[in-house]
Amino acid sequence: MTGRLFDKVWQRHLVASPQGEPPLLYIDLHLVHEVTSPQAFEGLELAGRTVRRPDLTVATMDHDVPTRNPEGPISDPLAAEQMARLRKNCEAHGITLYPLGNAEQGVVHVIGPQLGLTQPGMTVVCGDSHTSTHGAFGALAFGIGTTEVEHVLATQTLRQSKPLAMAVTVDGELPPGVTAKDLVLGIIAEIGTHGGTGTVIEYRGAAIRSLDMAGRMTVCNMSIEGGARAGMIAPDETTFAFLEGRKHSPRGAAWERALDDWRSLATEEGAAFDREVRIDAASLRPVVTWGTNPAQSVSIDDVVPEPASFGATGDQHAAQRALEYMGLTPGTAMRDIAVNTVFIGSCTNGRLADLRAAASVLAGRKVSDRVRAIVVPGSARVKAEAEAEGLDNVFKAAGFEWRSAGCSMCLGMNGDILMPGERSASTSNRNFEGRQGPGGRTHLVSPAMAAATAVAGHFATPGDLEGAC
Amino acid sequence: MRAVTKVEGRAVVLDRPHIDTDQIIPAVWLKRVERTGFGPGLFSAWRTDPDFVLNQPGADEAKILIAGPNFGCGSSREHAVWALQDFGFEAVIAPSFADIFRGNSIGAGLVTAQADEDTVTALGMALAADPGLEVVVDVAERTIAVPGSGLGYSFALPDYARWRLLEGLDDIGITLRHAGAITEFEASRPAWLPSSAPAVSAGS
Ligand code: SF4
Repeated sequence: MTGRLFDKVWQRHLVASPQGEPPLLYIDLHLVHEVTSPQAFEGLELAGRTVRRPDLTVATMDHDVPTRNPEGPISDPLAAEQMARLRKNCEAHGITLYPLGNAEQGVVHVIGPQLGLTQPGMTVVCGDSHTSTHGAFGALAFGIGTTEVEHVLATQTLRQSKPLAMAVTVDGELPPGVTAKDLVLGIIAEIGTHGGTGTVIEYRGAAIRSLDMAGRMTVCNMSIEGGARAGMIAPDETTFAFLEGRKHSPRGAAWERALDDWRSLATEEGAAFDREVRIDAASLRPVVTWGTNPAQSVSIDDVVPEPASFGATGDQHAAQRALEYMGLTPGTAMRDIAVNTVFIGSCTNGRLADLRAAASVLAGRKVSDRVRAIVVPGSARVKAEAEAEGLDNVFKAAGFEWRSAGCSMCLGMNGDILMPGERSASTSNRNFEGRQGPGGRTHLVSPAMAAATAVAGHFATPGDLEGAC
Repeated sequence: MRAVTKVEGRAVVLDRPHIDTDQIIPAVWLKRVERTGFGPGLFSAWRTDPDFVLNQPGADEAKILIAGPNFGCGSSREHAVWALQDFGFEAVIAPSFADIFRGNSIGAGLVTAQADEDTVTALGMALAADPGLEVVVDVAERTIAVPGSGLGYSFALPDYARWRLLEGLDDIGITLRHAGAITEFEASRPAWLPSSAPAVSAGS
């Protein structure tokens, strides 16, 4: 035992390590959604197999659900078919489903933690790459493909070669106005989109410890954008306070036993990692992406970079291509770039804390009349809690559309999309070509910057709006 | 899963780094409930450009795709693998692959041949000179050959992945041989761990 969080969680889930085969890892929680599961259930049934642990499997509908009038008929027949399949599969196999219309429905990575299903030291998988989000609790959580979904349904285990362990340590204190989103975009800019390939990242250091659970989830969520399979943060009092009293959290004597166990998970002093990166929090700024991968970002105070400023020829070509796709000219100040659309939501930034951050910028202000602005809460519960605080009224008064929970414009499956050539400021996690609709141009930002940008009509920080409203 | 020992045929070169799964199969194509029929969605945004490699004569017969580093980054959608296979690709050669894509490929029987940058560049140059060249990816030997030009290289593929591809094995079948160990493990799990039982699936 090397005393690292990752090894401790890995070790306690090893079912078998057969000679010549990857180890077999037990899965504590399997989250399922409508898009990556139908073929897995079909495969299972064709082979005459059953779901081994329906009680450790939880399903919801998020990827292609309508976010406008979700109670109404679903106009997209293909999406309706995927949802009907999920319902039928869950009924046939006795799996808990939080369907569209349910008070607990929402983006799969928002509802797991919210229900207390995600706990320290667990293994969590889902047919979705942003499963890394759950690592914020000190769980080992990663995305899997549909064949693996079928494997977990049938066996409650997964075959996995052990990844390497990487440490990303962020020392010091975040400067004012720098959010968890800026922090993780800063990390990805530093390590590159494949800097974490083959590893599980543990985020460490004072700046990470100071984040609340929403911020930690934002950071772990984007681990995959740095190429890592998973991201983890050692559980501490912040984690325990978040979990206490949730629907699936342990209670009474079991809570005490769980706490003792969770306290033993943290990486021990002096443990070595296969790769280590150190970042000084003081060097971080509020950032905006300018390109077509999440590593291509600059400070809001900066300009669109020159492709020639990138060392390797491959990176220069990639930057050139990205700028062409994004319709940007090197040297343009980021603040001079106008947007048509602002999207606040997703499993990266669709939690109550994110909506509060955006609403605090919007109070008493109006969205620019050149901008279409939508806010999509990460779950039905986030929506209800936001409404109980009156946040919906702040958004609506500012000129935002107040939608129902789902993935929505994060991936544009449900018809919430950018038109070709449209430019968005988005709180989601991927600025790939066409991610928010064919020809759409996505810039990733924090919720606070998204709100300020909606008001200004071009990239802006909340500070830029002072005295200007 | 079908066994794969060798992939022989035409190859196309897509010389870009970080080709993400949103390019391989955009989200709008993910609404199928089958594993088949994703070929038309393969690189659908890029295919609107008549100059795109897959729109060139002979590309529809290609069995091998040669691409830049970090191929398959992004989403975990296995649909990306199914789309490549549905189009006719049986192997991808690249300097590196994203982890989830690589796992998905092996699960679905698509060969991911990890070759060094020089190999990929040399293959690209040979195919630029003669796009009709036949390329052979030999899974058993872990080699890439271009018989028409005398070129020969090796590639990396983990032992277990190689064995799975050669035997065409179903992972679940192999795992169920350990059913006893799984049951034993389950008996030792701490009681506080969450479970969703009893199932709820009411309308609200
Ligand atoms: S919100 Fe976006 S990233 Fe998150 S699960 Fe949905 S589609 Fe994936």
